[in-house]
Amino acid sequence: MSGPLFANALVSGLLLAGFYAAVSVGISIAFGMLDVVNIAHPAFIILGSYAASIANASMGADPIVTAVALSPAFFALGLLLYRFYHATFERRGREPLRGLAFFFGILFVTEVALILAFGVDYRSVTARYIGTTWRLGTVDLPLRLFVPFVVSVAMTLSLQVFLSRTFFGRAVLAVGQDQLALQLMGVDPVRIKQIAFGISIATAGVAGALLVIIQPVQPSLGREYIGLVFAIPVLGGMGSIAGTLAGAAILGVATSFTATFFGPSWAPAVSFGLLLFALAFRPSGLFGR
Amino acid sequence: MDRRHPSVAAALALAVSFSAVAQEPLKIGFSMSLTGPLGGNGRAALLAMQMWAEDVNTKGGLLGRPIRLVYYDDQTNPANVPGLYTKLLDIDKVDLIVSSYGTNVIAPAIPIAMQRKMAFMTLFGTNPNAKFKYDRYFQIMPNGPDPAVGLTKGFFEVAMTMDPKPKTVALVGADAEYPHAALEGARTNVKAAGLQVLYDKTYPMSTTDFTPIVRAIQATNPDLVFVASYPPDSAGIVRAANEVALKTRQFGGAMIGVQYATLKTQLGPLLNGVVAWEVYAPEPTIKFPGVEEFLARYQPLAAAQQLDPLGFFLPPYAYAMMQIVGEAVQRVGKIDQAKIAEDIHSHEFTTVVGNVRFAKNGEWAEGRPLYVQYRGIRGNGLEEWKKPGHEVVLWPARWKSGDLLHPYDQHRK
Repeated sequence: MSGPLFANALVSGLLLAGFYAAVSVGISIAFGMLDVVNIAHPAFIILGSYAASIANASMGADPIVTAVALSPAFFALGLLLYRFYHATFERRGREPLRGLAFFFGILFVTEVALILAFGVDYRSVTARYIGTTWRLGTVDLPLRLFVPFVVSVAMTLSLQVFLSRTFFGRAVLAVGQDQLALQLMGVDPVRIKQIAFGISIATAGVAGALLVIIQPVQPSLGREYIGLVFAIPVLGGMGSIAGTLAGAAILGVATSFTATFFGPSWAPAVSFGLLLFALAFRPSGLFGR
Repeated sequence: MDRRHPSVAAALALAVSFSAVAQEPLKIGFSMSLTGPLGGNGRAALLAMQMWAEDVNTKGGLLGRPIRLVYYDDQTNPANVPGLYTKLLDIDKVDLIVSSYGTNVIAPAIPIAMQRKMAFMTLFGTNPNAKFKYDRYFQIMPNGPDPAVGLTKGFFEVAMTMDPKPKTVALVGADAEYPHAALEGARTNVKAAGLQVLYDKTYPMSTTDFTPIVRAIQATNPDLVFVASYPPDSAGIVRAANEVALKTRQFGGAMIGVQYATLKTQLGPLLNGVVAWEVYAPEPTIKFPGVEEFLARYQPLAAAQQLDPLGFFLPPYAYAMMQIVGEAVQRVGKIDQAKIAEDIHSHEFTTVVGNVRFAKNGEWAEGRPLYVQYRGIRGNGLEEWKKPGHEVVLWPARWKSGDLLHPYDQHRK
C-alpha cells in the first residue's frame, strides 16, 4: 500500500462523504426527527439536478447559485407536501404504511413528470471548475468533487448550528420526542413539522445541484440512492445531524478504500456490512440517544 | 326478397370478408427501455421502428395488413421483461416479436421466445444467446459470429500496432450482463495477444465516484486500460481519467454512452485520445449504403422529440432490424415462425446499414465493429461531431481513416 495511494483514497472518500451527507441530511430531518418516511427524497434530489441543469443550459447559471436561489421554492414545495401528507394521512392516524405508499407515489409521479417534460436523456451542467483538478503534492483534488464537498459541509454544519442553537431548532428536535409536551408549551407541532419538512426538501434541491456537478443524471437515477439516503442517518443515529455527517464519512471512506485496495464490487457489501456491525453494537446508531 | 344474383351476393360477402381480414393489423410486439438508464437510446430506437412501420404502411402494409407496433416500457429493468412478453403474446396476441435494446433486457426475453417458438430478432445484445443456443434468435449488432470477442477484438488489434508492443493491460467494467460479456470477450483477446492482466475488476452500477478505481488501475501501471461500461459510468470514468491524469498508452474500450450525442457533447474535449467502439462514424471511409439517407430523415424527427440528435449508434440498426423481419415475412407470405426464422437464416438482406447475412447462431456472419479514436474536439457543441476527423477510424483496416495516436496521456487534450 503506497502512501500517495492511501492519501488519495482517504481524500476521495472524504469528498464522496460530503456528497453523501448532502443527500442524506434531509432524510435525517424528515425520518429521524419528524418520523415522516419520505422515500421520495431522491426524486426531489433529481428535481434539484434538473433545475440546476436547465438554468445552466438556458442562462449559463452556476449550479450552486441556482440551488441557493431555488431553495425557497423547494422549501415551499416541502411545506405544501407536508400539509397534504398531514391532512390525508398523519392526522387520521394512517401514516405508517399508507404514508410510505404516498411517498412512493410521489417518487414515481416526479419521475414521470420529468420524463414528460424533459425526456429521458442524461442531463449535465458545465461550470469552470468541472474538469479542473488541484494537485497538492501527490494528492489530487478534483473540483468536480471538492466544490460539492465544501457546499455540503457548509450546509450540514449550518443546519447543525440552526437546530441546536435556535428556539425553532430545539422545537424541531422536541417534536420528534413528545408532541404533546410541545403543545402544552404553546407550540403548534404541525407548524414546526411543516417548516422542518420544508427545510428537508430544500436540502434535497441543493443535493441535486451537487449531484449533477458530479455526474450526468436521468429521471430514474434517484432510485439508486434510496438505500444510501436511509442507511447514513441510521448509521449516524436517527435525527442527529452530526451523526449523519459521521455516517457519511464512514461510508464514503469505506467505499473509497474498498474500491482502491480490494475491488469496487465489494464496496456496497463493506458499507452495508459496517452498517450492520455498528447497529449490532449501537442499535440507535453512532450518535443516537 | 334479394333480387341480386346469388353468386354476386356471395362475391360481395366474400369481398367484405376479405376486406375485413385485410384491415386486421399485423401486430409486432416488444418491450422497450423508454425510461431508466438506457431510456434515451430506447426512445431513439422506437422512433426508428415507428419510421419503418410508417414507411411500410404507406406502401400498403405487410401481407396486405397495416403494421401496428405494440410496445411497453420495460424501464431498462430485466425483471419487467418476462411479464411484458407474456402479456404481448397472451393478451395482445401479437403476430411477431422483436426485442428491447441491450443485453440485460434481451436475455430475460429469450426463454419466452423459446417457449413459444417465436422467431426473435434482437437489438444490440452482446451474446445473450450463448447459453440458450436458440436457433430462431437473431441479432442486429454488427459484431460478427463471436460477438463478445468481435466487440472487443479491435481495441487489442489496434493496441498491438504500437511500437514497442504493449505487454500489460487493466480490465474494468460494470457489474451487469453486457459489461460481463464484453469483459469475457476482452479476456479472450488479451490471451490471444499474449498480454499480462494487471487489474481485472468490476464495479457496482451505483458507483458515484470513479477516481479511486482509476487510481487503483494507475497504481498497476498498465500499458492498456480497457473499459466496458454503461452511460453514467462511461462519463464518470472518462472524467476520472482526466482528473487523475491517467498515464497509459491506450485507454478506452466498449464504453456505452460515448456513441450518443448527449455524452459526446457533455464530455467534449475530455474524450480526446480515447479509443472507443462505435458502429458508425462520419468519416470519408465509412459509406454504408443507406445510412446517410436514413439519418437525414431521422435527425429532424429526433430533434423535435428531444432524442439523440445524431442517431449514429442505434436508430439505423433498429430500422434495419425491422426491415429484415418485414422482408422475411413478405417472402414467407404468412406468419409462420419456423419459416420466417429459416428465411432469415438463408437469405442476405439489403438494409439501411448495408447487406446483412446471419451466421448459424443468429449473429452477423461477417462483423464490422469499428474502433475509433476521438481527437481534436475543442468544445461541447454538436457540430464538431458531425464533421470528419474527430472520430478517426483505426480498425478494421477496410474502413481505416487514420493511425492511432499514442500514448493516451500525451493526446488527452
